[in-house]
Amino acid sequence: MQWGSASEFFAMGGYGLYVWTSFAATASCMIWEVLALWRRRAAIRAEHQARLLGGIDETAA
Amino acid sequence: MSVNWSKYSAPQAFYPLAGRLIPWFAIVAVALMGVGLYMGFFVAPTDFQQGESYRIIFVHVPAAWMSMFLYVVMAVWAGIGMGLNARLSYMMAQAIAPTGAMFTFLALLTGAMWGKPTWGAWWVWDARLTSELLLLFQYAGIMLLRTSIDDTRRADRSSAVFALVGVVNVPIIYFSVQWWNTLHQGASVSMATGSKMASTMLLAMLIMTVAFWLYSIAVILARVRCIMAERESLSVWDEQTAVIQDAAEAR
Repeated sequence: MQWGSASEFFAMGGYGLYVWTSFAATASCMIWEVLALWRRRAAIRAEHQARLLGGIDETAA
Repeated sequence: MSVNWSKYSAPQAFYPLAGRLIPWFAIVAVALMGVGLYMGFFVAPTDFQQGESYRIIFVHVPAAWMSMFLYVVMAVWAGIGMGLNARLSYMMAQAIAPTGAMFTFLALLTGAMWGKPTWGAWWVWDARLTSELLLLFQYAGIMLLRTSIDDTRRADRSSAVFALVGVVNVPIIYFSVQWWNTLHQGASVSMATGSKMASTMLLAMLIMTVAFWLYSIAVILARVRCIMAERESLSVWDEQTAVIQDAAEAR
């Protein structure tokens, strides 16, 4: 282990901005992708259940 | 009582199977990311030339590898779709594109974050960078082409042709550092020469690559399930809504 303190760790030898931007961007994209899929699935379920239980006529559209 | 055997043909069996597999891929992906990040930040030593900036490698290289690998897998599914006229194959190709595009974007972004401190420039029109940027446009083009065509079957075929033609760019990206005199460094890991990295650096990078790969499988399976449910009625595939449907019909 090469870090003497937490601030040394976050500084990344002066490259903190570049290193942390890279990791934060990657994490954000992945989390966003998972949440987007979650919402997409919830929307499909909600629409389908409304159609089945709410008596919306599928042929009407 | 007659058994509806068609219910068990490929896509119908695939939908619940994918649903059961997703949590396992996701759990292992998250666990490996934890191990990979720990190794990358706390076990791998400081690079003697680049200092700490090299740690970007632990997301840059896995993202870049996935961007190329996913393109090839997408093209293979597109080809199978065209050859066998298989709807599920087209749906797989469709499900891969957004994740591939995301990793291409991340490879370019993290590359810029690495290029600035190392080369003094966010971007250069170097063969490796330019061909990777072209890959991003290919993914975007395939996705836009699909949304621009209303007829699903035509959209499937057109985007499959686009994907198959564009696959020539993947070896160009991969070998660009050998074929042209690029600012981008050559391969740190190659089949022919082995690795030029410290073993803990290499191990952390490989663990992150496997984690990204499993993550990709999980999100692509989740997306293909969404696509299947959007194209066909959800009740064709989904056990839970099938139960609700039975209840609704019984009323």
